[in-house]
Amino acid sequence: MALLEVQGIKKNFGHIEVLSDISFSMDAGQAVSIIGSSGSGKTTLLRCLNFLEKPDGGTITVHGEKLFDASDSTRVSEADIRRKRLHFGLVFQSFNLFPQYTALENVMLAPQLAAKERGTYRQEEAQIRTQAKELLGQMGLSDRTENYPHQLSGGQCQRVAIARALAMKPDILCFDEPTSALDPELTGEVLRVIRGLADQHTTMIIVTHEMAFAREVADYVIFMDGGHILEQGTPREVIDNPTKERTKQFLAGYSRDGA
Amino acid sequence: MFYTVTLSLLEGFLTTVKLFALTLVFALPLGLIISFGSMNRLPVVRLPIRFLIWIVRGTPLLLQLLIIYYGPGIILKMNVWGSGDEGRFLAALVAFVVNYACYFSEIYRGGIQSIPVGQYEAGQVLGMTRTQIFRRIILLQVIKRIVPPMSNEIITLVKDTSLARVIAVYEIIWSGQAFIKSAGIIWPLFYTGVFYLVFSGLLTVLFHTIEKKLGFFR
Repeated sequence: MALLEVQGIKKNFGHIEVLSDISFSMDAGQAVSIIGSSGSGKTTLLRCLNFLEKPDGGTITVHGEKLFDASDSTRVSEADIRRKRLHFGLVFQSFNLFPQYTALENVMLAPQLAAKERGTYRQEEAQIRTQAKELLGQMGLSDRTENYPHQLSGGQCQRVAIARALAMKPDILCFDEPTSALDPELTGEVLRVIRGLADQHTTMIIVTHEMAFAREVADYVIFMDGGHILEQGTPREVIDNPTKERTKQFLAGYSRDGA
Repeated sequence: MFYTVTLSLLEGFLTTVKLFALTLVFALPLGLIISFGSMNRLPVVRLPIRFLIWIVRGTPLLLQLLIIYYGPGIILKMNVWGSGDEGRFLAALVAFVVNYACYFSEIYRGGIQSIPVGQYEAGQVLGMTRTQIFRRIILLQVIKRIVPPMSNEIITLVKDTSLARVIAVYEIIWSGQAFIKSAGIIWPLFYTGVFYLVFSGLLTVLFHTIEKKLGFFR
């Protein structure tokens, strides 16, 4: 059984159809890359998976549990949405670190609050700290744990954000153009970290404009255009041998850049 | 003479400080409630609040003092403020609280709305509740952003308290002016400026310290 199954997701903003009939599935341990031009609906799709947008149609199923069903009109409580969205983690393009907390505190905050809610904070306190330090170490930031976001470079901020998302142990980690706000030098260090996660078979959905990176890291590539999935398959199929004219046209823009 | 004047002015100054402090105690929390009201999704809540803010910010505080003090007597034919010094002080306090709460509410609103949506969303995707997001992520960032405009407004309040003398609240200007009639000297009135300067100076130092304390993040 697939880990994630997305069936017929639709989303409109007013009269504009941003997503129409999006369906795909992925297995645990896979890295899926979503590519496509700006405005093709990639980000909206990630936001739907993370319950930041409510789709107008379709279903989202994780581990066989239907997390979202647009045809089910019963009201979902806030607590329920919170539980469901924890299947997913999201790394934003603009990091969105909490400025008043150090790198370590950024990573620890959500696990701490969750433990407090469970009433097990005392027992878990030390373990949450250890885990957060390990994650930051894994991101190559062991010497930056006590720094505040404004004291870190963009690449370091994004790596803290990745550690923060991992701290909640999501089934699927989503990246929304994680390097688009970074210069080429800093892009490299973030991509290295994501590549490391792929090597450990972290289940990931990566929205990216880094075509070479997508080809190298992804097990599966989805090409979106105008709110539709135009092509999906292995990187060899979609990136190297696209069948649709629009896909070829899109990818041609990249090869011209030498990417 | 200087000693007598100083003592007399100090007495008036005590009323000034009392009016100032009590206004803050009530207007700071009331302003937050008004700001939530002015941002409410429901027009039935939002519009009346916006209307109140418009009235309060659109008319002179001096006029508001007069209306709040004399208005109930004229319209309701009853004295709601009680008699004597205390009644007038209470009326002045109500006018100041309403006026400043409206100004504060706009500062709060500006602060809250200036926090990027991404901060809320980051909290949401990490599974936090709305309350947790407001208390643990948003609040301190709002406080940091509103300290400069708040300190401005609060220092203005120090001097605005002098308006209360229009309904015969015996604050420091009143005390100073009294010497013109009783002793034919005007310098005690000028001397009141020193009290204001010292007081606002202390506040400036206080706010500067708070700003520095919050300087550890951006």
